Amino acid sequence: MKELSLIIVPLVGAMLAAAWPGNRTRPWLLPLVGLIHAALSCWLLAAPPAAPLGAWLAFDALTRAVLPAVSLLFLVCALYGVSYLRVRGERSNRVFVTALLAVLGLLSAGHQARHLGLLWIATEAVTLAAVPLLHFNGTPRAFEATWKYLLIGGTGIALSLLGSFCLGYASLHGGGVGDLTFTALIAQGRGLSRPWVLAAWVLLLVGYGTKMGLAPMHTWKPDAYGEAPGIVGAILAGGVTTVAFTAILRVRAVVSAAGEAAMADRTLLALGLFSMLVAALMLLGTRDFKRMLAYSSVEHMGILTIGAALGAAGFWAAMFHVWANSLTKGALFMSAGNLRRAAGGRTTDEVCGMALLTPRSAAIFVTGMFAVTACPPFGPFFSELRVVRAAFETGHGAAATMFLTCLLFAFFGLTRLVFAIVDGRPRRTARTAGHHFPETMGLVLPPLALLGCSLWLGLWTPGVLRDAWTAAASQFFPVK
Amino acid sequence: MNETTNLLIGIAMGLNLLALGSSRLPTLILAMSAQGVVLGLMPLLIVEPPDWRVLLVAVATVAGKGLVIPHLLRRAMRTAHIDREVEPFIGFVPSLLLGAGGTIAAVAVARTLPLLPEHSGSLLVPGSLASVLTGFVLLIGRAKAISQVCGYLILENGIYLFGLLLIHSTPLLVESGILLDVTVGVFIIGIIVDRIQRAFDSLDTRKLTALRE
Amino acid sequence: MTLILDLLPRFALWFVLAPLLPGIINKVKAWVAGRRGPPVLQLYYDLARLWRKGVVLSTLASPGFVFGPAVAWVAVMGAALLLPLGPAGGAPGFRGDMLVLIYLLALARFGTAWAAMETGSAFEGMGVAREVSYAVLAEAALITAMLALCVQTGSTSLAAMLAPAAGADAALLAAGLFVVLLAENCRVPFDDPNTHLELTMIHEVMVLDHSGPPLAVILHGASVKLLLFALLLTEAVLPVGKLAPGVAAAALAGGVLAVTVGAGLVESLLARLAFRRVPLLLTTAFLLCLFALLMAWKGGA
Repeated sequence: MKELSLIIVPLVGAMLAAAWPGNRTRPWLLPLVGLIHAALSCWLLAAPPAAPLGAWLAFDALTRAVLPAVSLLFLVCALYGVSYLRVRGERSNRVFVTALLAVLGLLSAGHQARHLGLLWIATEAVTLAAVPLLHFNGTPRAFEATWKYLLIGGTGIALSLLGSFCLGYASLHGGGVGDLTFTALIAQGRGLSRPWVLAAWVLLLVGYGTKMGLAPMHTWKPDAYGEAPGIVGAILAGGVTTVAFTAILRVRAVVSAAGEAAMADRTLLALGLFSMLVAALMLLGTRDFKRMLAYSSVEHMGILTIGAALGAAGFWAAMFHVWANSLTKGALFMSAGNLRRAAGGRTTDEVCGMALLTPRSAAIFVTGMFAVTACPPFGPFFSELRVVRAAFETGHGAAATMFLTCLLFAFFGLTRLVFAIVDGRPRRTARTAGHHFPETMGLVLPPLALLGCSLWLGLWTPGVLRDAWTAAASQFFPVK
Repeated sequence: MNETTNLLIGIAMGLNLLALGSSRLPTLILAMSAQGVVLGLMPLLIVEPPDWRVLLVAVATVAGKGLVIPHLLRRAMRTAHIDREVEPFIGFVPSLLLGAGGTIAAVAVARTLPLLPEHSGSLLVPGSLASVLTGFVLLIGRAKAISQVCGYLILENGIYLFGLLLIHSTPLLVESGILLDVTVGVFIIGIIVDRIQRAFDSLDTRKLTALRE
Repeated sequence: MTLILDLLPRFALWFVLAPLLPGIINKVKAWVAGRRGPPVLQLYYDLARLWRKGVVLSTLASPGFVFGPAVAWVAVMGAALLLPLGPAGGAPGFRGDMLVLIYLLALARFGTAWAAMETGSAFEGMGVAREVSYAVLAEAALITAMLALCVQTGSTSLAAMLAPAAGADAALLAAGLFVVLLAENCRVPFDDPNTHLELTMIHEVMVLDHSGPPLAVILHGASVKLLLFALLLTEAVLPVGKLAPGVAAAALAGGVLAVTVGAGLVESLLARLAFRRVPLLLTTAFLLCLFALLMAWKGGA
C-alpha cells in the first residue's frame, strides 16, 4: 500500500492543486506532498517491502536504490519552489504546481513499473506533464525550447514504444504468451528471438536515451534546461533522467538474459563515452551558464551509462552516482536560477561579478561546480572514482583513460565559465537589477542543503544506502 | 483476410509517398488522416471475430486519427492564417525517392526478420518500417510546424501498425494508453503550435533558431 | 508478301483512326465546359487543309527542317505497327520488339527536336530543351513499365507481354502509364496544347515555324502517338488475349475511348503544373511503375 501511495499521493496533490483557489497558498502543496513522499520512500528504503514476482508495479531493489534520491531532491526543490513562486508572484502557478506534482507521481510510477507497457506509459506521461513546466516563463525562447523538447522527446518516446513492441514480438516469437512484465521476459531468457531482441535494444536505447539526454540525442537538453526555471531543470536532470536510466537498466537485464550482455555493454560503453566527449567539448565552447548545466548533465548521464556497462561494481557505482549527481546537480540548478534572476542575463557577455551581487548564491554555485566536477570530498568524486576502478577491474583501461580525459576537459570548461560570471565587477545595469532580487533564506537554504547532502554522501555514505545499492546490484548481477 | 489487410497496408504505403510528395498542407493532412482511417480499420480484419475491445480500438483510432486530429490541424491552420504551401528542406523529388527507397528497403529487411507463421505473408512489418521512415523524412525535411506534426503522426501510424502484430497478446491497457497518449500529445502540440503562432507570427520552425551554440 | 498484306490494313487502320482521338478529347473538354465545341472530325479537316497549302521555309533552314517531321512520322508509324492489335496479334512480332518500340519513339522525338533546332531560333531551342528534359523522366517510367510487363510474362515480345492482364499491379501500372501518356503527348498537366503563351509552351514551340504538309505530318504523327499510348495502356491492363476476338476488339475500343475521355477530363479539371512541379509528377509515375515492377518480380516469385 505504501508503494502505491507514492504514486497516488502526488497525483491527488496535483488534482488538489488544480482546484486550489489561492495563488499564494497553492505552492505550499509542493513541500507538503514532497514531505509525505520523502517520508514514505525513506520508510520503504529502511524497510523494503516484498516485491511480488510478476506484479506490474513493485517497489523492487532498483526502485529502492534510486527513488528515494528523486524523492529527496523533490522535497528540497519543493521548499525552494515556495520561495521561487513567491518571487514570481505575478504569474499564475496553478498549472505549474499541478504539473510538478503530476511529474512526481508519474516518476514514482515509472520507477516502480515492472511492465514494459506500463513503464512506457509512465515515461510518456512524464514527458507530457513536463511540457507546461518548460514554458512557465512564457517567452518566445521558452516556447522554442518547449517545441524542441516535445518534438525530439516525442520522437524518442515513439521509438521506445516501437522497441517495446519489438521486445514483445521477440517474446511472442519465442513462444511467450504476451506477458510483458520484466520478470516474465527475463524468465524467458534465451527463448527470446535474437534478431528482435537486438532490434528492441537499439530502439529502446535510442528512445530512452533521448529521454535521458545521451549524445547524440541530447539536443533538446540545453534548450530546455536553459529556458526552464531552475527547479524544473533540477527535477528534469535529477528525476526524469533517472527514470529513463532505470528503464535502460531493466531492458538491459532482459537483453542480458537473452544472452546478449556483451553486446549491450559494448553499446552502453560506446554511447556513454560519446556523450561524455560531446558534453566535454560543448562545455569548452558554451558561454551560457544554464546551458552549461545541461551539458554537464549530458556528461553525467554518460558516466551513469558507462557505469551500467561495467558489471556489478560499475552498477553499484552508477547507483551511487545517481544519488551524487541528482543532489549536487539540484544545488547547481537552484543557485544558477538565483544568479540568473539577479543578473538578468545568462551568458558571460552579460553577466559578471556575481560574487559581489549575490554572494551566497555565487558561493553555492562555485562550490557546487567543484562538487560536480568530482573534487573531493563531495559525493561525485567517490562515485566517479568507483566507476574508474570498475573500468580498470573489468579491463577497460582505454575507456577509463578517455573517461578521465573527458572529465578534465569538462573541468576546464566549467571552471572557465563559472569564474567568468562570478569574478570581476558587476555591470551597472546588473547592479540595479540585483537590488530587486533579495537573497532570502528560502532561496539559499535548499541548494545549501543539497550541497550538504552531497558532502555527506561523500564523507559518510549511510549504510542503508550501501545496502540498497548492493541489493540492486545483486538483483541485476546475481552472485554465482 | 490476409489479402485485404495487405491491400490496406499497400494503400497506406502509397499514402506515405503521397505525403512525401504533396506540396500543399491540406493534401498532407488528408494523406495523414486517410492513412489513420485505413489503419484504424485493420484490427477489425486481423482479429476475427472482432470483440468489443478491438472494436473500441478501431473506433478510437478512426475517430482520433481520421477525424479529430485532422480537424484540429485544419482549424489551427485556418485560425493561424498559415500559408498552404509546404516548405521543404529536402526537396519533394529527393524525399519521394528517399521514401520509395525506404519502402523497398523495408520490404527487403522485413524478409530477413523471423516472423511467426501467421504473419509471414503479411505486409505489416514492411508497412510499419516504411511509415516510420516516411515520418522521419517529414520530421527532418519540412520547415512548417504543421507538416512536422503530420510527420510525427505518420511515424506513430507506423508504430501502431507494428503494434497490430501483438494485438492478440497485449492487454487493452497498452492499446488504450497508446491512443490516449497520441491524442493528448497532439493536443498539446496543437496548443503549442498556437502559442508559437502568437509568439513568432509564423509557423516556420526555421525561425526557432535563437537557441544554439 | 503475306507480311505486307497483313501490314497494309493495319497501316490503314492506324492512319485513319488516329486523328479521331484529339477530336474526342476536344469534344469532352467542350462538353465539360458547356460548349458545343469543334466537330470530332476537326483534325481531319485541318490535315486536309494543311496538306493542300504551300510551305514557307526559312533561308537558314537546312533540309533537316523537312526531313525531321518525316523521320518522326515514319518512326511513330513503325512503332504503331509493332504494337499488337488485340485479337489480330502483332504483325511482325519478334523477340525484343518492345525495345525497338521504345527506340522508335525516341527516334521520333529526335526527329521533331532536330527539325525544331534547324530553324536556328533560340525560342524553339528552349522548347526542345523543355520537351527533352521531360522526356528523359517519362522515358524512365515507360521503360520501367515495359520491364514490369516483361518480368510478369517472362517474355520480351510485345504480343506475348500485352496478351494477359497485368495482374495485381495493374492499378499501379495503369496510373503510371497514364501519367506517361499525358507527358509524352504534351497534355495538361504537363503542357497545354492550346496555349500560345511563349513562356509556357513546350511542344507547340517546337512546331511553331512549320507550315503546310510538314505541319500536317507532325500533327498526324502526334495523333498516332496518342493512340499508340492509349492502346498500350489498355492492352497492358485488360486481358485481351484471353477474350473472344469480337469481345476483345470491343474491349480494346472501349478501353481506348475510356483513356481518351479520361485525358479529356484531366485536361478540363486540372490546371497546368508549374514547371518545377513537373519532375515530381514524373518521378511519381516512375515510382508507380517501379513498384509495379517490384510486385511483378517479388510477387510472382
